[in-house]
Amino acid sequence: MDHELRKRGTSGLEVACDPFGLMARPSAIMECHMNVQPQLVLEHVSMVFRSEDLNFTALAPIDFEVPAGKFVSLIGPSGCGKSTIFNITAGLQPPTTGRVMIDGEDATGTIGQVGYMLQKDLLLPWRTVLDNVALGMEIRGVPMAEARERALPLLQRYGLGGFEKRYPSALSGGMRQRAALLRTLLIDVDVILLDEPFGALDAQTKSQMQEWLLQLFRDFGRTVIFVTHDVEEAIFLSDDIYVMASRPGRIIDKMSIDLPRPRERSVVSSPRFVAMKQYCLDLLRTAAGQPPQAAAA
Amino acid sequence: MMTSTKAALSHFVRFAPRSGSAPASAPSAAYAAYLRSLKRRALSIQLWQIGLVAALLVVWEVAPRAGWINPMLTSYPSAIARTFTRMLQDGSLTTHTLVTLSETVVGFVGGMLLGTFCAVVLWWSSYVYRVLDPFIVVLNAIPKIALVPIFYIWLGDIASIYAMAIAISVFVTILMLYTGFQAVDEDKIKLVRLFGASRLKVLTKVVLPGSVPTMIAALKVNVGLALVGVVVGEFQAAKAGLGYLITYGSQIFQMNLVMTAIVVLAVISSLLFIGIQALESTVLRRHGGVGGGN
Repeated sequence: MDHELRKRGTSGLEVACDPFGLMARPSAIMECHMNVQPQLVLEHVSMVFRSEDLNFTALAPIDFEVPAGKFVSLIGPSGCGKSTIFNITAGLQPPTTGRVMIDGEDATGTIGQVGYMLQKDLLLPWRTVLDNVALGMEIRGVPMAEARERALPLLQRYGLGGFEKRYPSALSGGMRQRAALLRTLLIDVDVILLDEPFGALDAQTKSQMQEWLLQLFRDFGRTVIFVTHDVEEAIFLSDDIYVMASRPGRIIDKMSIDLPRPRERSVVSSPRFVAMKQYCLDLLRTAAGQPPQAAAA
Repeated sequence: MMTSTKAALSHFVRFAPRSGSAPASAPSAAYAAYLRSLKRRALSIQLWQIGLVAALLVVWEVAPRAGWINPMLTSYPSAIARTFTRMLQDGSLTTHTLVTLSETVVGFVGGMLLGTFCAVVLWWSSYVYRVLDPFIVVLNAIPKIALVPIFYIWLGDIASIYAMAIAISVFVTILMLYTGFQAVDEDKIKLVRLFGASRLKVLTKVVLPGSVPTMIAALKVNVGLALVGVVVGEFQAAKAGLGYLITYGSQIFQMNLVMTAIVVLAVISSLLFIGIQALESTVLRRHGGVGGGN
């Protein structure tokens, strides 16, 4: 089991250039990570959908890099190209321009290099919870018996104990997301993409799941890229947040969240947290063409 | 009067603190009355069904005997029962039934397998699908029974019956399963592709298991169709089987024989249908709890 729980030391090199990320532009901030080998780099990636009479730019060229072992969130309105970024990173869609580098190698258009948890849990109803969690490993060629053996202790450890032999219909919404996330984490890849995994959960379950995810992030030491609409969620979970705007989809700012880990839930009411949240909300409002709330108040 | 007033009031007092002696778990009088009325209704439906069968049997028995209708044309239940027991004793009924039953089972299993294989091929290659689509639609639209004489000439008296049973069920199977394969959740296919699954893995891990409900629906349709194919095939060709009994009986004007064969056919098709329904409820319990509680 130990080889599952690979710890990645997080180097202390990424001292925040600007604790609040208030002035940071993506290009400026990246200087700070120069010494760290970035695990995932999107180089000048853009996506233009062409039809006969018009070109629709889903994603203006973006540069984006994630150091190993970091938790990075993308936040922005619908249609800002978050899903496009994920599809390109996962190799499902070739970008119109640019390339995707994983561990320094070109992975553009290659499927299976990253773990990608889709918005829905997509548990297969005809498989037991255990076999659902083992699915990714099984498809990647791990013999079924071994895949089950690896999955079982994790189910018990991460709150699904006793449900191994049950079918997904017996699980609550939160438990289904846990199973889906474990399925993604159990395949042997370094980068995990999470597309609004908790979007459909009620507030109570959502906050439990966030703490659970932080525990997993600590234990597994993977690099996580997380898409959300929820500013508070993004700040609570992330090391870095990329704020996006739509039409065309683009990155408008990068915020570095230097709140110490492990984070307690109480951090959300600290003045620092509140200031960052306000800043991020204002950015999103300005990008949407609305006046910042602070000015209105 | 008293109960209905209580029922009306219970709506308002439901959330009030309980001062009465009734335990919280006991159903209210109104609810008990509702359950009783449901039970009464189910019972009366069953009584009607039994009554209708009984009435049919009585009229069928009395009318020919009283000379209201010609017994040569309709036979009657007690005569059919006599023929039935006689044929059961001399073993001929069992022989004919087993012949028809095995032809039917081979027919719908064969139709399912062949149909599934073809549907997989069409799913695998959308090019092949585009080429063959119009032909499948036309072949499905042809009344397959029209092919019985051709099959008889081409394949002889035994193989033609199996061919008929398969032909009548295979095209429906192809169309139903292909549609079912197409309806499998795209995101589930995306999920396994993201794990690096090949097209074969997509097929075996998601598309086929995800189409089990469709397969059972196709099986249900096919049991009936295969039985039709077999009986019609036997009309033309056979020396044994219930279809043969029916043609033979009608040629020698033995309505007892014809009716006996039809009764057995009704029993066979009901049993097959019930069997598939049992299979369905076992299998579908896993598929997102269709028919299951939680």
